[in-house]
Amino acid sequence: MVTRYLGAPIPRNEDARLLRGQALFVDDIELPGMLHAAFLRSQVAHGRISRIDASAALARPGVVAVYTANDLGDYWRPGPLLVPPPPIAGLIFNQRTQVPLAKDKVRHVGEALAIVLAESRYLAEDALADIAVEIEPLPAVVDLESAAAAGSVLVHDDVAGNLAAHVRQRKGDYAAAAAQADHVVRRRFRYDRGASSPIETRGLVASFDKRANQLTIWDTTQAPVFLRNGLAGMLGLSERQVRVIAPFVGGAFGPKIMLFYPEEVLLPWAAIRLDRPIKWIEDRLEHFFATSHERGQIHDAEMALTRDGRILGVKDVFVYDTGAYNPYGLTIPINSQCTLLGPYAIANYDSTFTALFSNKPMVTPYRGAGRQHGVFVIERLLDIGARELGFDRTEIRRRNFIAPEAFPYNNAIIYQDFAPLEYDSGNYGPVLDKALAMIGYDDFIAREQPLLRSEGHHVGIGVVCYVEGTGIGPYEGAKVQVQANGKVSLATGIGTQGQGHYTSFAQIVADQVGVDVREVDVVTGDTDQFYWGAGTFASRGAVVAGNAVNAAAKAVREKILRLAAEHFECAEQDLVLADGQVAIAGVPGKAVRLGELALKANPMRGAVRPGTEPGLESTQYFGPPRGATASGVHAMIVQIDPETFALTIKKYVVVHDCGTVINPLILAGQVHGGVAQGIGNAFYEQLVFDEQGQLLNASLADYLLPTALDVPRMELGHTVTPSPLNPLGIKGAGEAGAIPVGPLFAQAIEDALALPGRGVELLEIPLSPNRLWELTRK
Amino acid sequence: MSTEFCAVAVTVNGKPYQREVEARLLLSDFLRHELTLAGTHVGCEHGVCGACTVLFDGVPVRSCLMFAAQTDGHELMTVEGLAPDRERLHPLQQAMHEQHALQCGYCTSGILMTMTAFLAEHPDPDEEGIREALSGNLCRCTGYQHIVDAVKSAALKLRGRAW
Amino acid sequence: MKPAPFEYIAARSVEQALAAKAAHCEGARFLAGGQSLVPALNFRLAQPAVLIDINPLAALAGIAQRDGGTIRIGALTRYRMLERDPTVALNLPLVAEALPEIAHPQIRNRSTIGGNLANADPASEMPAIVLALGGRLRAQSVRSERWIEAEDFFIGALTTALEPDEMLVEIELPVMPPRTGVAFLEMSRRRGDFALVGVAALVGFDADNTCRTARLAYCGAGDRPLLAREAAQSLIGSRVASSDIAQAAALAQTAVDPHGNIHASVGYQRHLAGVLTRRALATATERARHVN
Repeated sequence: MVTRYLGAPIPRNEDARLLRGQALFVDDIELPGMLHAAFLRSQVAHGRISRIDASAALARPGVVAVYTANDLGDYWRPGPLLVPPPPIAGLIFNQRTQVPLAKDKVRHVGEALAIVLAESRYLAEDALADIAVEIEPLPAVVDLESAAAAGSVLVHDDVAGNLAAHVRQRKGDYAAAAAQADHVVRRRFRYDRGASSPIETRGLVASFDKRANQLTIWDTTQAPVFLRNGLAGMLGLSERQVRVIAPFVGGAFGPKIMLFYPEEVLLPWAAIRLDRPIKWIEDRLEHFFATSHERGQIHDAEMALTRDGRILGVKDVFVYDTGAYNPYGLTIPINSQCTLLGPYAIANYDSTFTALFSNKPMVTPYRGAGRQHGVFVIERLLDIGARELGFDRTEIRRRNFIAPEAFPYNNAIIYQDFAPLEYDSGNYGPVLDKALAMIGYDDFIAREQPLLRSEGHHVGIGVVCYVEGTGIGPYEGAKVQVQANGKVSLATGIGTQGQGHYTSFAQIVADQVGVDVREVDVVTGDTDQFYWGAGTFASRGAVVAGNAVNAAAKAVREKILRLAAEHFECAEQDLVLADGQVAIAGVPGKAVRLGELALKANPMRGAVRPGTEPGLESTQYFGPPRGATASGVHAMIVQIDPETFALTIKKYVVVHDCGTVINPLILAGQVHGGVAQGIGNAFYEQLVFDEQGQLLNASLADYLLPTALDVPRMELGHTVTPSPLNPLGIKGAGEAGAIPVGPLFAQAIEDALALPGRGVELLEIPLSPNRLWELTRK
Repeated sequence: MSTEFCAVAVTVNGKPYQREVEARLLLSDFLRHELTLAGTHVGCEHGVCGACTVLFDGVPVRSCLMFAAQTDGHELMTVEGLAPDRERLHPLQQAMHEQHALQCGYCTSGILMTMTAFLAEHPDPDEEGIREALSGNLCRCTGYQHIVDAVKSAALKLRGRAW
Repeated sequence: MKPAPFEYIAARSVEQALAAKAAHCEGARFLAGGQSLVPALNFRLAQPAVLIDINPLAALAGIAQRDGGTIRIGALTRYRMLERDPTVALNLPLVAEALPEIAHPQIRNRSTIGGNLANADPASEMPAIVLALGGRLRAQSVRSERWIEAEDFFIGALTTALEPDEMLVEIELPVMPPRTGVAFLEMSRRRGDFALVGVAALVGFDADNTCRTARLAYCGAGDRPLLAREAAQSLIGSRVASSDIAQAAALAQTAVDPHGNIHASVGYQRHLAGVLTRRALATATERARHVN
């Protein structure tokens, strides 16, 4: 089969609607009689609730209802554990999940205390001030290092030491390896994350049609199928009575796959009870509290090396801040553990983490989902090892790469998909070579940097490597259909938040079914259109759903060819499927349009052969045995003002290997966007909490997202090592841009300011001009 | 006259509207929910993200920082007013499509309104000038590069013909 | 983030606006550009009972050059207009240099100079500019009108000398004299953000290249814009060589009173004050040499 679209830079099918402002986002939904919700949120990070009196709020004109936890009766319960802990021996896990409205205790600033339903959001917010709340404040658990200490205040009264989890994973024997090492590097690393801050915040509309007995929910969720299933269960409805639609979503990046947020649980319940549709749109202030963050880890890590720079082993002990609740289990710290191994052959590894509760909003995955932390540790250890042993930074990495013949490479420890971490394929040397060539590494080190330095410019270079586990299961599904009117439709269960699924999936279908890519109508994220699926997360959309799409389209292609062969009474090999019709090769004038075939496949009268399915359609599922590992290298040249520490990125290169590429334009966009978030994470974004757990920068004026002047022009390269785990050979790329930027900044800035020579090492993220000044002062 | 409600007569995309609105109704909400022109998006309601940018008497402003009441007697243009008709797109819209300058599309209308006004004043911008003009609009998806390319491409298109 | 209810008055005249303000005092706020006020309303940090919209008062906008070497700018004049005005570019280069640092074009399309000054954010650029130039500000109320020197106008964070019934109506700034150079430098995290520290420097020379006048004003270095008087004074009579600049920068560092914030520690702000003073003075001096 000749592919016309796979690999081509097709501009997107969905653009026109978005460009004209005609695409449907959740806040665009207007329903007759719709009420608006606002939430009263805690102003203190930790406290016991003694009184909530909403009577004055209820008396306000325009207010229809006010509910607190007690009003929910049996409906009030903590949310489900979304991701149970993996089967790791000796694992300790204490599940404490979020509740719809705080009862007895509040555990973070912004936790919801009451919901107000009113005729407008303006009125609902007015009513919030009428609600009388008495909370007896308690000291807040904010600092990670003291959260576990004996005598520390407890976030959950029955969880001693604020211990959310304790996990140790090992392979080989690190102690033995360290005993034989020529050199051991040992440091403490701190890595903080932030708020995903999509430009569209969260929101939902819930509408219960009493007569049709149908609940419809529009939600900015990344997981409509699971939301539907969970809500049906909670509300005592059949799954068929619940329709969840994720329309166009304005960016998600992970926190929108967190499920059963309080608002998602409350609005449908209230909509049924009040018999009116209800809308809640999170405002930006709320987003800093009501939507999950990803946050800090502190690592005490060491690397045992031979004198020629080979890694004998790594040991890492870290603490992880899970916030007030842990509904997403251990995905993030397990990712940190696993991703630390990187593209390197590390035979001995001993990694232990302690997850701790704190009085801050809960932590769930955000683009990278813990991989950043692991990559920071290993890349910094290698940089320090290289310096202390006298190697070039790229040389020490190259020496430790897993050899291309060694795949599949079993890293033994358990990954977030519950299976041992096995790298399916990879070829790391060429990726590094390409990145070094693109950034002009040798010339920069030998000639350009010394020249610029002699002119008084403080310039430095950074090169970092990473492996990204992508495309994990469990599965996704797709339904492809050629209709009697000749149109081709595709439905899949995952949602779209900007990744271009309406185009990339259409490309796959168009190639198989022989139509123009613009003729493929794609529906994603509507549970009435496709029943099954897990969601868009963990760089798996293209891999898992893409392969399901391919399987379904292929099955339809086979039906088309079989039916056409019967129609023409010829062999299938003689047929050509292109331009929306099937023709006989070399026989002009003999062709049948796809729509005609579809009509034939669904006759109104007559008998059909047993075992035949009607129509030209197929539903197929794809579930990979494990994730496919992508890899990449980022390289950057920076210039720093040695007095103000203002930083300018002079050059930025990404080489990413994600196997077969469906659409290089879309891939480039994903990498650019990921790098921009990585830059934000490395140098601009930090959630600043005080000792009382108050967030000091809950606005976009003070939580700094990078602008067009802060993100450089990037040059992208790619190599192709196809994955053997799926027919298309695809690996994911959604998070690649975001993962290694922290250590890249640390390395490049150290180089630009010659910091190690001044006795300063950069062992923390985020950095900033202020922080650099503080670190270099002494 | 002092009041909590105001009469507003405003022209939007060339069409006149007359409404009675609460004084505190933000212009962004007025456009989206009163006039059902939902192409203008709301990202922050404190004037930082730029998603809500519209043209007020031809000049880009943040609609979340204005009240509908202030538009009485004025002219607005929103993203719905950019394309000449159902078949064709404005050259900047077309360029953004060709350069893959949008992903989720949520910040896009604000960027279109900002940059069409910018191009009208700066028909031959360089990369630095474009990025500076763009710096008041936040995008979390694209990393800005393709948007810059689209603006350059649109500048060429616009210079190439009378628009 | 929707504002609390308020009564809305679209002012038809300055007198009407002043009368309304006098009637409500602190309970009423003037709505000019709204770029600082409306975010505060949306966050419900401010909940005035009355909003007096003065945007219709065209008489309050305008730029006029007067005899005697001053320029008068109406308080309602938008930054967009100031950016594009040739009089400002020619005669108030310090203003012209600061304007692109203030927020972003969409904000400047609405922001007014009067609103920005009356808001008196300590990290805001224009108050430091006005202080550096030694301008004066005219306030009007139903009772009276008066001129307030820039040095007396900014009295604390978000606090000015305006009485509860007064409106800022006009700003007067001196035209840049001959043989004078100015520079405005700011360090911020991103372009358009409030300054972590900013400095406005002015140096004027007499015919034999001796420094005759010097002003150094800072934003982001205290709870209000500050003058570093001793530092500026130390330049008078010198040729503003690098050693003079270094000394002035050191004096400036002790003169400023930074409070620190989440983006910059007190120490870093103080450090920046020194660095930026040095650079601004060097640039201003260089420019003075190229001007008649």
